[in-house]
Amino acid sequence: MMSSGMSLFVAAAAILNTVAAVGLLVWMRKRRGETAQTSDTTGHTWDGDLREYNNPLPRWWLWLFVLSVVFAIIYAVLYPALGNARGSLGWSQIEQWEQLQAEQETTAQRILSVYADRGSHELARDPAALSIGRNLFANNCAACHGSDGRGGSGFPNLTDQDWLWGGSPELIEASIAGGRMGVMAPWLEVLGEQGVDDATAYVMSLSGRQAPKGNAAAGAVHFNSYCIACHGVDGKGNPAVGAPNLTDNVWLHGGSASAIRATIAAGRQNNMPAQTDRLGEVRVKLLAAYVQSLGDR
Amino acid sequence: MSSKEGLVVQNDKVAYNDKVVRQFALMTVVWGVVGMLVGVIIAAQLLFPALNFDVPWLTFSRLRPLHTNAVIFAFGGSAIFATSYYIVQRTCHVRLFADGLAAFTFWGWQVVILLAAISLPLGWTTGKEYAELEWPIDLLIAVVWVSYGIVFIGTLAKRKVEHIYVANWFFAAFIITVAVLHIVNSAQIPVTLTKSYSAYAGVVDAMVQWWYGHNAVGFFLTAAFLGMMYYFVPKQAGRPIYSYRLSIVHFWSLISIYMWAGPHHLHYTTLPDWAQSLGMLFSLMLLAPSWGGMINGIMTLSGVWHKLRTDPILKFLIVSLSFYGMSTFEGPMMSIKTVNALSHYTDWTIGHVHSGALGWVAMVSVGSLYMLIPRLYGQTQMWSTRLIDVHFWTTTIGIVLYTVSMWIAGVMQGLMWRATNADGTLTYTFVEALKATYPYYAIRLVGGAMVFGGMLLMVYNVVKTINQGKPTPVMPPALQPAHA
Repeated sequence: MMSSGMSLFVAAAAILNTVAAVGLLVWMRKRRGETAQTSDTTGHTWDGDLREYNNPLPRWWLWLFVLSVVFAIIYAVLYPALGNARGSLGWSQIEQWEQLQAEQETTAQRILSVYADRGSHELARDPAALSIGRNLFANNCAACHGSDGRGGSGFPNLTDQDWLWGGSPELIEASIAGGRMGVMAPWLEVLGEQGVDDATAYVMSLSGRQAPKGNAAAGAVHFNSYCIACHGVDGKGNPAVGAPNLTDNVWLHGGSASAIRATIAAGRQNNMPAQTDRLGEVRVKLLAAYVQSLGDR
Repeated sequence: MSSKEGLVVQNDKVAYNDKVVRQFALMTVVWGVVGMLVGVIIAAQLLFPALNFDVPWLTFSRLRPLHTNAVIFAFGGSAIFATSYYIVQRTCHVRLFADGLAAFTFWGWQVVILLAAISLPLGWTTGKEYAELEWPIDLLIAVVWVSYGIVFIGTLAKRKVEHIYVANWFFAAFIITVAVLHIVNSAQIPVTLTKSYSAYAGVVDAMVQWWYGHNAVGFFLTAAFLGMMYYFVPKQAGRPIYSYRLSIVHFWSLISIYMWAGPHHLHYTTLPDWAQSLGMLFSLMLLAPSWGGMINGIMTLSGVWHKLRTDPILKFLIVSLSFYGMSTFEGPMMSIKTVNALSHYTDWTIGHVHSGALGWVAMVSVGSLYMLIPRLYGQTQMWSTRLIDVHFWTTTIGIVLYTVSMWIAGVMQGLMWRATNADGTLTYTFVEALKATYPYYAIRLVGGAMVFGGMLLMVYNVVKTINQGKPTPVMPPALQPAHA
């Protein structure tokens, strides 16, 4: 809210400008007894042949102007327009927004409440629930995971059977509800350039591939010293800490030798934001049901 | 006729300074081609994103400000300089004030354009729309602009006629206001030579920016081109201006009411409700003053409507006024809060802007140049009238394709973005709305390419015209015309 002096100033300036425009209009309008058309010019001539008639203001145009001013006056009485004056309707955009949001939420809750007591695994077989889940996914999840749920670099594919944090209905729901923070430590300082190359070669060999450089046997030594803590002895990962399975040739941050090397060297941090506070438990459950249905396909 | 200090003198009168007019007129054509080419490229990028070739300085985000700056300030700006310098001399019956300063405005403005063409692709930007150029360039603009004001108003001051012609009111108001707008909105705190931060913060910054942004439309793209219209329409039609009184009313109401309209760019934001309302109301009250100029231009043709059949220059001028009338009707409608809730952030805005920028600004400039250029080279008409006609039709059809496709796309996007399901979710994702827009992007590209193609025809016609003539000094009228 601005000071009352400032409020008075802008309101007065707006009114003065309008009054001046209308005043000029009245002053210049057709004079009594004047014919509609004149053949006389104002008498000024520029550049040889530039002259001006002085025809009266077109009547329809004059009324258009007056009409727009009348509308402005009525609107300014009804709505906030002149400084701190609130307008007689008491309207404000924030109140209108809050009201619309409240109405929308009431309708939505009526629809959602049906699903409050059913588990996400059961809902994954309910077409009506899945339809809402699909809408929620498109609005809230598709920006990262893609509108088809196939993800992208850094964002997990939700349609395959490879689950970083576990694929049971409960764990999927927990991932959405509370979010997940995936951290892979950087290893360049520990292993050195050659060590990272070797580790890369070993990691690639886990899914039956050959790296362009590096010694896989030497890499296995590093792996068994450092990596097994999270990724396990066999490299199949550990959903309890979100450590990926390295043997299935599914790669969250890219499967090329250079991408894998970059992951080992610099580490990775990935964050799935928690949704319960934003969406509420029922919507999270419907999302979990929809995500399960993606994996079932 | 004699020559003194390089000036042609006859009966104690000095010939007009048409050199600077010629320079600006030719650069208008050049920058028109360049600016519209960049426009066609970014329109194509929206259809085929790979066209940025993964080169940072060819990305849409950097070429888009280059396009807007090139067409508004390089093409539009040069057109205004050329015509205002031509008109102020012809209607004051006196040579331009301060030849050296006038030459500086030409070279200074070209340097500004060159710096824009380098700095914007490099990504140096203040991030303020239509005011992206960084602070050293802003300083140069301010110096050139003040020089422009001195040359123009100095010429008005030494005029040999009593009354100031209406075109000059518009040019003078435009020059003074743009100086104020540019200096206030460009207030910034430099950090390095290529980076600065706005002196304003938060919603105040937004309001200052759109006070500038909308008045850039109102004064740079409207008042100045009305000045152009007020000379070239009556000249080409050979008829007096329709109504002096209408000029007075619409001039004063236009320039005062425009000042308040900016907030309509910030509907439903954190800008206080009352400021949004004022922006909307003054935008609505702007309809009649805007149409005053259209009426005065079009009604000037009464009695000579038949000339439209044979004179493509007049066609350019009159169709430009029709587009002006259309977009100044559309603008106030889009400023109504409930309409804006649908149209804002969609391609409807792009369609609206181009019906104004191509339909009004470009067409009135092109028409005026077709009349101006032969006169700057000692002739009375362009090399080929037929080519002007072809240019007229390609441009008109191109603009219609452009604006209509963007209207449809914009309304469709607005409806898709706001569609909700009963469960509170949005019916469509952003990508779905984007995908639905593709066919309209294709039509827009065709329309834009047609307008660009027309500019190439103009280049050919201008080159041919220049080759068959040569600059001839033009003297002010010998006698002060007697008053009626």
